[in-house]
Amino acid sequence: MNNLNMLAASLAALTLSGMAAQAQTDISWWHAMTGANSEVVEKIASDFNASQSDYKINPVFKGTYPETLNAGIAAFRAGQAPDIIQVFDVGTGVMMGAEGAVMPVADVLTNAGMTFDKSAYLPGIVAYYSKPDGTMLSFPYNSSSPITYYNKDIFEKAGLDPNTPPETWDDVWSMAKTIKESGAAPCGYTSTWLTWIHLENFAAWNDVPYATQGNGLEPGATPELEINAPIFVNHFQQIADLAKDGTFKYGGRTSEAKQIFLAGECGIFTESSGGLGDIVKSGMNYGIGQLPYDTDGNGPQNTIPGGASLWVMGGKSDETYKGVAAFFDYLSQPDVQEYLHQTSGYLPVTMAAYEATKESGFYDENPGRETPITQMMGKEPTENSKGVRLPNLPQIRDIENEEFEKMLSGDQTAQQALDNAVERGNAAIKEAMGQ
Amino acid sequence: MNRATFPHRFLPWLLVLPQLLISLVFFYWPALQAMWQSTLKEDPFGLSSKFVGLENFRKVLSDPAYLNSIKVTAFFSVVTAFLSMSIALLLAVQAEKVLRGKAFYRTLMIWPYAVAPAIAGMLWLFMFNPSFGTLAWPLRQMGIDWDPLLNSGQAMGLVIAAASWKQISYNFLFFVAGLQAIPKSLIEAAAIDGAGSARRFWTIVFPLLAPTTFFLLVVNSVYALFDTFGIIHAVTGGGPGKATETLVYKVYNDGYNNFLLGSSAAQSVILMAIVITLTAFQFKYVERKVHYG
Repeated sequence: MNNLNMLAASLAALTLSGMAAQAQTDISWWHAMTGANSEVVEKIASDFNASQSDYKINPVFKGTYPETLNAGIAAFRAGQAPDIIQVFDVGTGVMMGAEGAVMPVADVLTNAGMTFDKSAYLPGIVAYYSKPDGTMLSFPYNSSSPITYYNKDIFEKAGLDPNTPPETWDDVWSMAKTIKESGAAPCGYTSTWLTWIHLENFAAWNDVPYATQGNGLEPGATPELEINAPIFVNHFQQIADLAKDGTFKYGGRTSEAKQIFLAGECGIFTESSGGLGDIVKSGMNYGIGQLPYDTDGNGPQNTIPGGASLWVMGGKSDETYKGVAAFFDYLSQPDVQEYLHQTSGYLPVTMAAYEATKESGFYDENPGRETPITQMMGKEPTENSKGVRLPNLPQIRDIENEEFEKMLSGDQTAQQALDNAVERGNAAIKEAMGQ
Repeated sequence: MNRATFPHRFLPWLLVLPQLLISLVFFYWPALQAMWQSTLKEDPFGLSSKFVGLENFRKVLSDPAYLNSIKVTAFFSVVTAFLSMSIALLLAVQAEKVLRGKAFYRTLMIWPYAVAPAIAGMLWLFMFNPSFGTLAWPLRQMGIDWDPLLNSGQAMGLVIAAASWKQISYNFLFFVAGLQAIPKSLIEAAAIDGAGSARRFWTIVFPLLAPTTFFLLVVNSVYALFDTFGIIHAVTGGGPGKATETLVYKVYNDGYNNFLLGSSAAQSVILMAIVITLTAFQFKYVERKVHYG
C-alpha cells in the first residue's frame, strides 16, 4: 500500500468526520486465542463493530494464557491495563484475589442499565466464575470440558470398533495396548494438560476430593492437596507403566500433545473440547467420546469448566464500561453463542444458545458435540465437583508437572511423584496465603 | 588520559552522556528497584505490599530447588563456554589454512551470530522435537530413544548444543583476528627448528592467543549465564522436571508464572552479586597470567 495515499486519506477523513471519529469509544480486549479460535475472536469483534457505531472493540493477541495474564498484570501495575482481558481458568483465583483491580461483570452490566439475569446462563459455568455470595465476576467467554477424541482409521486398523469410544480408564489402557501391539499406530494414547484432565477433572468426574475445604472454594480457605489418594496413585501408575514402552506418549505440559494426535501417531487422545476446531480443520476421521471415568471412583459425576473468561479491569471511564456491557450483551446473543460454540467447540454460555443449537439439529448431524455440555451439566455438582480454586493454581500445576515428568522418565513411581507434589504444593499454598 | 585531546572539559562528558543515560535508565534504575523489591512481600497486582527485610533471601537460599538450579547453571555454563570456545578455536585455526575462498568460509561461519536466541532455540527445536523434529526420526531409526521432553540428559544436551552453536560465530571472529595478529615469522622460525604443527600450536599460537581467550572466557560466561534465556525458554521451558532450569530461567519462572515477586527479585539480586564477583575474580586473578605481548 502507498503510505502517502493512506496518510492523505486518513487526514481527509479526520477533517471531514472529526466529530464522528471522536464519538466512538475504543475498547481494548487482550486475548490468548490461536489458530481456528483466533479467527473466531476477530470475527466476533468485527461483527460487533459493524453492528453499531458507538464503540469499537480492538482485540489484541498477547501470547499464551499465562503470558496474557502476566501482560495484564504488568500493564495494571504500570497504569496501562486493557479494558477487557481474557484470563484462563486457573488464573481465576489470582484475579479474584485482586479486588481493587477488577470490576465485577455483574456490576458492569447493571450499571449500564441492563437487567442481568443469571438464570439465562449455564449454571455450572456461572457458578465457577462467581464470588461465594453469587456475584458474577467475569464473563465466561470460552468454556470447555475435557473429552476423548479418537482416530477412527487407527481403531479400524487395530481391529477395534470405530463407533465405540473408551468409556472407562481401563478401556483406555486396554485399547491403547491393542493399538500399540497391533502396530496400527506407534502409540496408543496421549493427552494434553495432565494436571487439568488427570487431576482436577479426574477428581470431579470421579467425585473424589482434589483438596480439602471444598477444593479451596470455601471463603478464606488454605486448602491442602489430597491428590496422593490411592485412586490417583493407581491411575498415574498405569500411565507411567504405559509410558515405558511408548503405549502412552507424553507431549508436554499444556496442549502440545495435540500435534502428536493430529500427526496420526496416537489412536486415543484426551483434550479440551476447545481443541476441536483444529481437529476438524485437519480433516481427520475422528470420533468423540465423553471423558473416561475410573471404576473405583464414585462417578461419572460432572466435569468442571476449563477455558477462560473475560475480566473487566477497574478504574475505567463510564463510557468504556457502557461499551463493555454492550459487547457482553452482544456476546450473549444466541446466534453469536451458536457461532462460537459450533465453530470452536467451546460451550455456549447461555441456555438460549444451547437450546437453539439443539433445535437446529446440529447435535444430530454432529454426534459427540453435545458431549462436553452434558458432561458438565448432567448432574448437580457435589462438594468435589464444583471446581478447584487455589490462590496459586498455576504454580501448583507447575509443581505437579515437574513431578510427573520425573515419573514418566522412570526416576520415580506414581506414589513418590504424587507425595512430592502434595508436599511441595501444600508448602506453596501456605506461602501464597501469607502463612 | 591526555586532557589536551579535548578542547573543552565538558565535551567528554557530553560524548558519554547517551551511554550514561542508557545505563542509568536500563541498568541502575531496575537494579535498584529489584533490590528494593527483594525486601518486600507483594501480591501480583501490587495492591498490598509488606516489608519483610531479608526474609526472601533466607527462603531462596534454603530452597532445594534453588540449590538444584545453581548446579544446573554451573554445569550448563561451563560446558557451553568450553564447547563454543574450543570448537571456534578449532574452526579458526582450520580456516586460516584455507587458501582459496577464505573470506567466503569466514562469512558463512559468522552467520549464526545474527540469529536471535529465541529463533536459534526454535531452530533446534524444529530439528530435535521428538514428535515433529526433522532429525528426531533418523535418531530413533538408529535405535536411540530420543525424547528430550522426558530425558533430562538429552534435554540438557539439546540446550547446550543450541547455546554453543549460536556463540561459536562470535568466538570464531575473535580467534581469527587473534590468529592474524600472531607474527608469521615466529611460526616459521619454529618450523625451521623442527617443531611439528601440534607443537607450534601449543607452544606459540595458543599462549599468544591468551588475551583473546581470556576476553572470550569472560564474554562466554556472561553469555551462558544470561543470554541463553531465550534458547531455554523456546526449547525446554526449564524442563523436564527442573533439569534445565538455570538461575535466570528460575527468576523468570518464579516472577512471571508463580507470582513470587519478592523471591524473584531476591534471586536477581543474588545473580547480580554472582556476576560482579565472577567478573572481578576473573580480572584480578586470571588476567595476571595472561600474556598481552
